[in-house]
Amino acid sequence: MTKIEFMQGNTACAEAALAAGCRFFGGYPITPSTEIAEHMARRLPKMDGVFVQMEDEIGSIASVIGASWTGARAMTATSGPGFSLMMENIGYAVMTETPCVIVNIQRGGPSTGQPTMAAQGDMLQCRFGSHGDYGTIALCPASVQEMYDLTVKAFNLADRFRIPVFVMSDEVVGHMRERIEIPDTVTVVPRRPLEKGTLPFTAGADGVPGFPEFGKGYGVHVTGLTHDERGYPEATDPALHAALVERLVRKVEDARHEIADVTLTQPDAEIVFITYGPPTRTVRQVLHDNPEKAFGHLQLRIVWPFPEDVLGAFPHARAFIVPEMNFGQIAREIERHTCVPVKSVPKLGGELHTPDELLAVAEALR
Amino acid sequence: MVDKSLELFDCGHRACGGCGPALAARLIMKGAGANTIVVASTGCMEVFSTPYPETAWKTPWIHSLFQNAAAVASGVEASLKKQGRDEKVVAICGDGATFDIGMLCISGAFERGHDITYICYDNEAYMNTGIQRSGATPYDASTTTSPAGRNSLGNSRPKKDLPRILAAHGAPYVATASVSYPNDLMQKVERAVNTPGPCYIQIHTPCSTGWGFEGSKTIEMGKLAIQTGLWVNFEMVDGEVVKAKKVVRKPVEEYLKVQKRFRHLFRPQPNTEEIAKIQAIADKNAERYGIDIKQKPQE
Repeated sequence: MTKIEFMQGNTACAEAALAAGCRFFGGYPITPSTEIAEHMARRLPKMDGVFVQMEDEIGSIASVIGASWTGARAMTATSGPGFSLMMENIGYAVMTETPCVIVNIQRGGPSTGQPTMAAQGDMLQCRFGSHGDYGTIALCPASVQEMYDLTVKAFNLADRFRIPVFVMSDEVVGHMRERIEIPDTVTVVPRRPLEKGTLPFTAGADGVPGFPEFGKGYGVHVTGLTHDERGYPEATDPALHAALVERLVRKVEDARHEIADVTLTQPDAEIVFITYGPPTRTVRQVLHDNPEKAFGHLQLRIVWPFPEDVLGAFPHARAFIVPEMNFGQIAREIERHTCVPVKSVPKLGGELHTPDELLAVAEALR
Repeated sequence: MVDKSLELFDCGHRACGGCGPALAARLIMKGAGANTIVVASTGCMEVFSTPYPETAWKTPWIHSLFQNAAAVASGVEASLKKQGRDEKVVAICGDGATFDIGMLCISGAFERGHDITYICYDNEAYMNTGIQRSGATPYDASTTTSPAGRNSLGNSRPKKDLPRILAAHGAPYVATASVSYPNDLMQKVERAVNTPGPCYIQIHTPCSTGWGFEGSKTIEMGKLAIQTGLWVNFEMVDGEVVKAKKVVRKPVEEYLKVQKRFRHLFRPQPNTEEIAKIQAIADKNAERYGIDIKQKPQE
């Protein structure tokens, strides 16, 4: 039996994390994500979990990394300024292959920006924000229901690929209240433990090593330095470093079509909207109000790794229109993968595009 | 001498009625004087004192980030000094920005010995984001991240002793003050800005919204904290306590029972065990700072 509720996006995120087995939250208050921490502070102790309020966001993500090595599903939630503070530790989580979930309820930046207004301005930061090369996964919900479903999915992907996974939501979805169906149980795919006789950082065929949890008999050595398969630092061997970084990138990038989560509408269309997060809602309205115009729509629920093959599912496309609540961050990524003209429709300031605005852009391209 | 007629923090800001931090800002600026550059952190005061398109500040004012006011102040001070200038540099930050996220920058600034005055307006939680606990939240206070309930008595840890931590950095002058004792507050600020080196003042600023009391009772709340010994107004010079306000102490219940953040300690009946623990905190303060006025035994 699914349960039907009327719930805020941030609450749905916290509830989904609990359902997915998250039992550690390290966090710090920041608008507009604070409700996630507050909800976890109330709920986790009752579920035999731990809520720790840390001294800042650097501490928050670091505590999550520590908790993950004890085998716990662990998460934190933040917004722009806190996300920026987390960047060094995110690179550390990538290098040490530590599964964890980071929720970013995006607000207007740069800097303190617009704490109470929505944005999608951190989409490139979540992909490239920490130094060095790596692969990453970013999920973008467009509704409270998707916030729930994608948060659950984020934990499974984090454990599957042993990486920090980002739920890149925003103030609109975080603070919106709407109908949600909460299932009795959710699919939980636990971490693959390290097989006996295998070195802690020897990867399987999928590029992902089994997880040598602390205290389970593995002599595990965890470091952010370039390391060999034992986990021991070896920071001057060019071939070793190249192989490690290539694996960190490819374990995610090579699986991008398996990871992809998209919805295609009207694949025959000539004018196609591509969205993730809240602009999805506006585009749905445009399609609903103008059925005779036969617009196409591609919704990306997972933006990184970018599933470029899906662009080919619109063989008659003459234009891709990409409304984003930033200055055109993912439009660039789309441009890189297609010969079809890409029309970026940035919207800054914290408000959603209106259906009329998007319709006018589409009409101008006809 | 403090020029009490000086108004460098203007009316028309957007603080709640009876806001302790707003009163603190006004008093701080009287003590600091017009030749002051203010460095602010993210927090209630930053937000309510600068509603677009206005500002309450009549001096140069820079809001940086949540954690870095002491480091920005370090840069301002070091560069002014090199130029031979004499403006006073005063950082004014909340307790979250001071006790938690800003600790690293404050420690660095005090260790390097910049000639700055760092003032914490302490309302004992993150009020700007909606009342989450901080390192300054007192024992047993209920906040949204330390909620009191059947299995919780509120914040489970005592308040961090930041004045002593900064005194241990070698700060020449460290003081605590309260908005309920304005003359004392202004004089302490004046002394700090005129003392070479990094000085720290921690000001008790009751928050009607976060603590749960009527906005007309702010001054009363500050006085009760002093009168119960749960807040001590003292001065430390070169690490030694040289002065502390003496009181005839009242039992801590008188302070606790008038605030919603402690009401779980009185419902359904008084939790004598927990109240005794809080009384012990006050007793320890009284002993450490020697604040008890010895009453003559009655004949």
